[in-house]
Amino acid sequence: MALLLLALLLILLGGTLALLLGRDEKLASWAGAGGAVLGALVGLVPALETLAGGPGTTLRLPWSLPLGGFVIGLDPLSAFFLVVILGLCALAAVYGTGYLRGHGRAGSAWFFFDALMASMALAVVARDAVLFLIAWELMTLSSYFLVVRDDEDESARQAGWTYLIAAHLGTAALLLFFGLLSRQAGSTSFDAFGPLDARLSGLAFLLSLAGFGVKAGFIPLHVWLPEAHPAAPSHVSAVMSGVMIKTGIYGLLRAWIFLGPPPAWWGWTLLGVGAVSGILGVLFALAQHDLKRLLAYHSVENIGIIALGLGVGLLGSAHGLPLVALLGFGGALLHVLNHALFKGLLFLGAGAVLNAAGTRDMEHLGGLLKRMPWTGACFLIASAAICGLPPLNGFVSEFLIFLGAFLAASHGAPWGPVAIGALALIGGLALACFTKAFGVVFLGEPRGERAAKAQEAPWSMRAPMVVLAGLCVLVGLGGALALDWVSPALSQVSGLRLEDFLPALEEALGPLQLITISACFFFLALAGLIALRSSLLAGRERGESGTWDCGYAAPSARMQYTASSFAQPLTELFAPFLCARERSAGPEGLFPERATFATETPDAFRERLYRPAFEGALKAAWKLRWLQHGRIQLYVLYIALTLMALLLWRLG
Amino acid sequence: MSFWVDALIVLVVLTNLRVLGASRLSACIRAVAVQGALLGLLPVLAHLDALTGRLLLQAAASTLLKAVVFPWLLARAVREASIQLEVEPFVGYTASLTAGLLFWGGAFWLGQRLPVPGAEELRLLVPTALFTIFVGLFLIVARRKALTQVLGYLVLENGIYTFGMAFAEKQPLLVELGILLDVFMGVFVMGITLYHISREFDHLDADRLSELRD
Repeated sequence: MALLLLALLLILLGGTLALLLGRDEKLASWAGAGGAVLGALVGLVPALETLAGGPGTTLRLPWSLPLGGFVIGLDPLSAFFLVVILGLCALAAVYGTGYLRGHGRAGSAWFFFDALMASMALAVVARDAVLFLIAWELMTLSSYFLVVRDDEDESARQAGWTYLIAAHLGTAALLLFFGLLSRQAGSTSFDAFGPLDARLSGLAFLLSLAGFGVKAGFIPLHVWLPEAHPAAPSHVSAVMSGVMIKTGIYGLLRAWIFLGPPPAWWGWTLLGVGAVSGILGVLFALAQHDLKRLLAYHSVENIGIIALGLGVGLLGSAHGLPLVALLGFGGALLHVLNHALFKGLLFLGAGAVLNAAGTRDMEHLGGLLKRMPWTGACFLIASAAICGLPPLNGFVSEFLIFLGAFLAASHGAPWGPVAIGALALIGGLALACFTKAFGVVFLGEPRGERAAKAQEAPWSMRAPMVVLAGLCVLVGLGGALALDWVSPALSQVSGLRLEDFLPALEEALGPLQLITISACFFFLALAGLIALRSSLLAGRERGESGTWDCGYAAPSARMQYTASSFAQPLTELFAPFLCARERSAGPEGLFPERATFATETPDAFRERLYRPAFEGALKAAWKLRWLQHGRIQLYVLYIALTLMALLLWRLG
Repeated sequence: MSFWVDALIVLVVLTNLRVLGASRLSACIRAVAVQGALLGLLPVLAHLDALTGRLLLQAAASTLLKAVVFPWLLARAVREASIQLEVEPFVGYTASLTAGLLFWGGAFWLGQRLPVPGAEELRLLVPTALFTIFVGLFLIVARRKALTQVLGYLVLENGIYTFGMAFAEKQPLLVELGILLDVFMGVFVMGITLYHISREFDHLDADRLSELRD
């Protein structure tokens, strides 16, 4: 516990020092990243200890606010999320030292980065509703300042506003949620919270789903995500997408522990939310040609997969199928870890590309694998992992959820096939989407001048990517071990003792190992073939020509498939959901001179749901203009009359 | 001891009425200064048997601010901005005094219904606090000049301070935070506002600020 406090202090100290040393970019990034890495190392010790079966502890410190208390604690669930947060943040901090070089204003960037890291850690260890909400709010604010870092850019300011409004609407729901719980318990301490009666419990569940769902990015609450993630610096996007949105998942799990055994409709709700988020998330991603925006939509998709796992878990608990519940929750928890690894890596890779080529627009990239082999290889591993291909980590967690759903289907549960269908569709579309992303960015010939001159990222940026890629492979190979590692958190979430189900679990996990081993053999065989090819080619004459040359007489890079054209068959198929806009001026005459074609896919929910709603609210607000007459005296009179009325109402 | 406290409280009530009835700005400022001095004495007299250094410091700080610094700043503003010395009320002096009496009745009635822990021996304290708050609000609403509004804020804040006195023993931090907030509000916000208003508009009539609305 003392170590955890020390870790938080170290991180904050690093951030403050960075702010004070802001003038000197090098010193600031040393202080900011040093504090983050040191704090993470110190904080990982108690977290890993707790996860390895150490006793859960709580610590209470004096607190001078009249409400709540400073109580922090570590149990397996907190420890699991803490490990993910500290680990990814430390790697992102190392990456940031290279990424932020020459961007100016390093002091404030590091201060807010460290504040974000500390507040996320505090949020998952807080054991008091008031402290939790304070940490939650600090997390929102510090990430907001990172999103609007490029504040001379109109779109960054817009993204910041969207994020701030969405986050505060979510916090409003959370205030009500904790209000319900603490009214019943008579205290704001997490220990005192207990199950509510059935109707209130349902209301509390929906409030928690709305409040935490905004942070997690469930559709239709996801609108801030594709705006804010691209606007933030890339290492911050990695942290926001890799771990910050997971604090929403942590909140949901914590809320369910308070609320007790779940009724079946909670599971159905989660399943529905997960299926919609997953499928629409990946569809929206397919239609994007901004690399970071595409990745942001994939976060929505992966949060959907996690929600599907949670839905399977909840339904398993509700229908008395413990093994299904374990597999569902286990898959969801592991996917939290896995998504942090590969999505963190993908954003770091996208940042390296952005730094080297100066643009996030995929239509201006291409051929980067030859220029940035390390980044390209890491991006490839992460792309394969996010698609759920064996033997990488994404496969393990998705496979567990699949397994749970199959098991449920074999018991005749109608929700099993729903989850299977949704997961299969998501997986297929994700594969198409990452074929497009990797293919267009890294293969072929460069589509722009800056992409042609791109250079590999410095080691400070490469090293974290290599570590993350290694972890993706490791977790993929040791899937069963990884499940074993999260098992304390799993039994806390599911309320089941894992030891009772070990034989059944092992039997269920058999196919996982089989598939992993055969995938390894496939890669070994592939490596053998490559070796054979190079030995056969050794000493022979080889010609070199442009990729995708296609036998044209005078090919140019613009003849290649573009991101939009690659995705076009699929986006056409799902056009009713996407509300894409096309602007084109076709070639005219016998010797046409110019023709243009552009597509744009704004967020369907933003365009069709939120824009009309907020415009309506604005119109309604204009009707109250007559109150705004500019006389201070009358304003104060309003306040005075309201105060009087309230006093009379309470005391009269 | 209780006699002295009650006497002080009655004097505070009287200064409130004086502020309502005064027609000249300087008289208003003087009344508010006297009120500040009385309120500074009040915690010392109320806790004569249990004086602590912290309490004395609090009292000294608030007396210095309320009775010396703020009035001096306001008087200087009157001099330098060459404001007319009339108060220029929206509601006449007699009507203001009548309203003040009504406020006193209302505050007394409300104060008896408002249970405040620790204020049993100071039974006049809560009604006086409410009365002072009402008078402050009334000054802000019913007077034309920005300067009288600052006075209104000061009186309002005096009321809140009086209210906080009931808690002073249990929540000293709360009271101190309140004082800090007042300093910020009183000096910075209103000082800066006054300065800007008089510079931009050559007058200090807050009601003519409505020219600023869009």
